[in-house]
Amino acid sequence: MAGSGVAHLRLGAEQILTVEELVVQFPTKGGQTVHAVSGISFDLLDGETLGILGESGCGKSSAGRAVMQLPPPTAGSVRLGNDELTGLNAQTVRERRARMQMIFQDPVSSLNPRRKVKDLVAEGPKIWGREVTREQIESVLHAVGLDPAVVWERRPHELSGGQCQRVCIARALMLDPEVLICDEPVSSLDVSVQAQILNLLEETKQRYGLSMVFIAHDLAVVKNISDRIMIMYLGKVCEVLPASSLAERALHPYTQLLLESVPDMTPPPIEAGTVAQRATGELPSPLNPPSGCRFRTRCPLATEECAAVEPQMREVEQGHFLACHNSGPGASGVA
Amino acid sequence: MNSTSALLPDRPAAEQESPVLIVDDLRTQIHTPRGDVQAVDGISFTLGRGKTLGIVGESGSGKSVLGRTIMGLYSTGPTMTVSGRVLIAGKDVHTLGASGLRELWGSDVGMVFQDPMTALNPVKKVGVHLTESLRRHRTMNRAQAKAHAAELLNLVGIPEPRRRLDQYPHELSGGMRQRVVIAMSLANEPALLIADEPTTALDVTVQKQILDLLDRLQDELGMAIVLISHNLGVVAGRADRVAVMYAGRVVETADAAALFGLPHHPYTEALLEAIPRLDQPPHVRLAAIDGAPPNMVAPPIGCRFAPRCRYAQSDCTLAPPSLDGAVTRGIATPGHSFACYHPVNAGGQ
Repeated sequence: MAGSGVAHLRLGAEQILTVEELVVQFPTKGGQTVHAVSGISFDLLDGETLGILGESGCGKSSAGRAVMQLPPPTAGSVRLGNDELTGLNAQTVRERRARMQMIFQDPVSSLNPRRKVKDLVAEGPKIWGREVTREQIESVLHAVGLDPAVVWERRPHELSGGQCQRVCIARALMLDPEVLICDEPVSSLDVSVQAQILNLLEETKQRYGLSMVFIAHDLAVVKNISDRIMIMYLGKVCEVLPASSLAERALHPYTQLLLESVPDMTPPPIEAGTVAQRATGELPSPLNPPSGCRFRTRCPLATEECAAVEPQMREVEQGHFLACHNSGPGASGVA
Repeated sequence: MNSTSALLPDRPAAEQESPVLIVDDLRTQIHTPRGDVQAVDGISFTLGRGKTLGIVGESGSGKSVLGRTIMGLYSTGPTMTVSGRVLIAGKDVHTLGASGLRELWGSDVGMVFQDPMTALNPVKKVGVHLTESLRRHRTMNRAQAKAHAAELLNLVGIPEPRRRLDQYPHELSGGMRQRVVIAMSLANEPALLIADEPTTALDVTVQKQILDLLDRLQDELGMAIVLISHNLGVVAGRADRVAVMYAGRVVETADAAALFGLPHHPYTEALLEAIPRLDQPPHVRLAAIDGAPPNMVAPPIGCRFAPRCRYAQSDCTLAPPSLDGAVTRGIATPGHSFACYHPVNAGGQ
């Protein structure tokens, strides 16, 4: 899986965000290196939503944060429109990345508990020395479904989790961003609130003309909101495909494992020998990731080639890219 | 769902030797500075050997308080009042007293909590966690207990059990820790296992492994399981019967297939519609439930879901509908109860 390659980048198209060969590494005390993200590439078109899907430890959050330069990636390029964001001094980065805003998983802890909603929402523009009118704040609060008269003087602890997430979205919108990066924005919310926030993100995207990177571990949530989905495993990309193809046309053994692991409302009878039953073991350590394809230690299709040669992204059908030696049409091994 | 409703029917007569768990009109009232919260408000059911009852609900619905009250972890004291009865293997949990509870826990009933890290003592080795209850409840010496602990780890699918016994919890992954917690709770082959969000902290692939493990152990050991989860999918695939909780009460209960196939309570229907599904195309607008759960210090007088319910009528706010009323009125089939005056799918039986 876990392949390299840039076949899935849409060169020549109008990209609002282009990430190439992004690498994020963290040194450990023992002189070792955590390979959080090992050379991933993706792009985002104007008005598109890219879903990044993966389990804990796959590097999806590290990738999202590296795009925001929080902290800057170890290597690789991040371009917002035509502006490169990496390798710049701190002040230039701050200026350029204001067009990108981020929403985090835990809405309560990402708000300053001592500030009131009106100040929280106005904080971004104030930092940039811009005038903020009461009307602007009220209009953005309305846009995220909060009644300004009710929440105006409240502090985060007086709001529910869903309301806090709405405040976070309002904060992001105040800076008039082009790209919204959402890191697990609904995973700490109840299903009824989750549905409200997903609907809100979809409406907001239309109304403000945003492009979105949506990072999450829940397959159905990602499918619901995305146009295109990128599946990550242990710092690498396995598969990139249109959201509408996720359930039926996904090919990578890891994507299959994810799909088969989802508890379903109407459980299909599981046939013997499906990927989920044959895939075993646990996530290898990112300190010392496997050679070749990083999924090979758990993959039922793994061959010797998988240990020796890292699979490259290749297009298997229109808009559907795969990094696997042994699955999909044109596989070199026996599928 | 009102007060003293009859015991929920549990499957046909053949299985009904004596239920492992009987919960009768259980109420847990938590005293807070803002007032008394009726966290569990009149819940009754029975659970037979080898069966799984799924309890689903959102945060604040009282499902975890219910689990802990059944367990006897919550009992009447300065901060709360518990009334009603809980019988586990014939023993009345809330009359046992401290020493009786210690005998009950770990032998007749085990519990698995959501967060496996905080359920384990970080300064004690895995082996100590496991041998503790073995040596307490059974006459085993150190060596026997250790050998049995290794067998338990083997049972829950942990490779190299001998080596793992000498490791500390932080040396294990989340999935492995949850397996250890399950091994602990199963050490003395309890008749009942209460699993409170056992897979919520875990990834989907690991979640599947843990749920499969519980399934297998249930087959092998014949225990009854109360599976508490906010994830309807988790419960749908694993439970024989399901109870949906809202604001401290059970609003609907039925066999899993009936409940998910043809829900009658508007809240159950709304929950199912709010969940994004893989078999839907992208960008489908989700049917969110408007509003928020009620303030439990002063909940609505009638049906507690009425303020958020799209089918609510004036009678909904007058008196709470009773859980078995629909069966009495002939609307529902036996075994499928719901507390609603204006049920959905009522004509579609």
